[in-house]
This record gives sequence, structure tokens and C-alpha cells, in this order.
Amino acid sequence: MEKTQKFRIEKDLPNKKVTVTRYFDASPDKVWRAWTEAEYLDKWWGPEPWRAETKEMNFKPGGRWLYAMVGPEGQRHWSKVDFVAIETGKSFDAVDAFCDEDGRINPEFGETKWHNVFEKEGNGTKVTVHMQFATEAHMKQLLEMGFEQGFGMGLDQLEKLLSA
Amino acid sequence: MRRDVFQAIADPTRRGIMSLLVDQPMTPNAIAEYFDSTRQAVSKHIKILAECGLLKQEFDGREILYHFNAKKMREVDQWLEPFRKSWESRFSKLDNVLKNIKSK
Repeated sequence: MEKTQKFRIEKDLPNKKVTVTRYFDASPDKVWRAWTEAEYLDKWWGPEPWRAETKEMNFKPGGRWLYAMVGPEGQRHWSKVDFVAIETGKSFDAVDAFCDEDGRINPEFGETKWHNVFEKEGNGTKVTVHMQFATEAHMKQLLEMGFEQGFGMGLDQLEKLLSA
Repeated sequence: MRRDVFQAIADPTRRGIMSLLVDQPMTPNAIAEYFDSTRQAVSKHIKILAECGLLKQEFDGREILYHFNAKKMREVDQWLEPFRKSWESRFSKLDNVLKNIKSK
């Protein structure tokens, strides 16, 4: 029954905010670990056909997660997540940015602020991801990147249509 | 100057102008009659909306008519679709990861 309402994206484009809500059929403890431990993040954070590969993970306020999104041709896009505040099992605040493999920020891109909340709901867990983008340009870049990372198949199909 | 489209639609007066123009194209004077602000203030809002492509101008003799550009508005909305796909893909992987995490 939850399945129908299980995934939701709410946008507040004028304020450059996007909220993603998802219900997971697992205890808050498990969901928390999947979001905060590199071993698990590497298994899911990369949307198909990408995969995440952690270089460093230090999950505590002031610590960071440095990782690469590795593409099907082995291309690497580096990102880092600086952890700002953590309330264990309940929520964490972080700042996400593109960078190089040593974590030096790429100034062409803005930072995104994250506020992730984990709540018990029924037998499972509701996760709410609040994202605050720095600028319109940055928001647009990120959404277009979603296209590249999540929509490869769609592009192939488009190419076929164009060459028909 | 390149205008920020999200900032443009954030303002309640500008949203009001857009919803007026969804029904029919109007002149700046006709638009201004619907608002308490001065004509100058309303034309400034119109200018901002036009600069980011949300309104289109049409010259009708000596008058300028403004149209709402629904295509631009849809573009703004569609930016979200690839983002949604990425998260769907992530989350279906996460569902599998969660099945294999052992309780502490």
C-alpha cells in the first residue's frame, strides 16, 4: 500500500529547493547505516550506469566523504560531502560540492546544502532529503547531470530515432 | 543581461502577471490595472519576465501585447525529470542493499 506514495519529489524552484521523500521497507537503523557507511554507499549511491567509489569517509561533524562517480567507460567525476551536523540515527546536515581527487573544490560549480531526515514509519523508514542549491545555474547543471547519469538509455533511443 | 528564471517566478506579482496572461495576451496598461502597484513597478516586473523568456512581445500597431510563454515554463519544469530518474535508480539499488544489511 505504501508503494504508491513511496517516492515523492517536491520542488520549490523559486527558492532553489528540492525535497525528495522515500519510504524504505527496513528499520531506521539499517537505513541510517546505508546512508552513512562507505561500504553501503558504494553499492547504491551511483545511479545506473554509474557507481560510487569511496576514497575517504569520515562520518562526523567536520569530517568528509570523498568519492568518485565512475562511469561505464571508467570516467571519474569527483565529489565531496562535508558533514556539518549529525544527530545519530535521526538526521544529518552536509554540504556537497564537485572537486578533484584530492577534494579541492571546483569553483565553477556551486555547493548544495543537504538536510537528511530519517523517521520511523510503520514497519519501515521514511527518508526526507532537503536540498538547497546555491544558484539557478548550479541547479540546472545538477539536473542536466541527472540526465547524463540516469538517462543514458533514453539518449541511445533518441539517437536511433534521429538516424531512422 | 541573463535573468534568473527562478528568481523571476518567485515574486507574487510576477506570478500574478503570468496567470493573467495565460488566458489572453495583454498590453502593459491593461495588466497594470489588475495590480495596486504603480505602472512603473508593473512594467519593471513585465520586463524581468520578458528578459528570462517567460513572456513574449507582440507588436500590434503602436501597442505591445505580452503573451505568456508556456514552453519556457515547461522547460523549467522538465529540468526535474532526469533528476527524478537518477534518484529512482539510486533508491532501487538501495532497496537491495537494505535487504542484505544484517541487524546489529
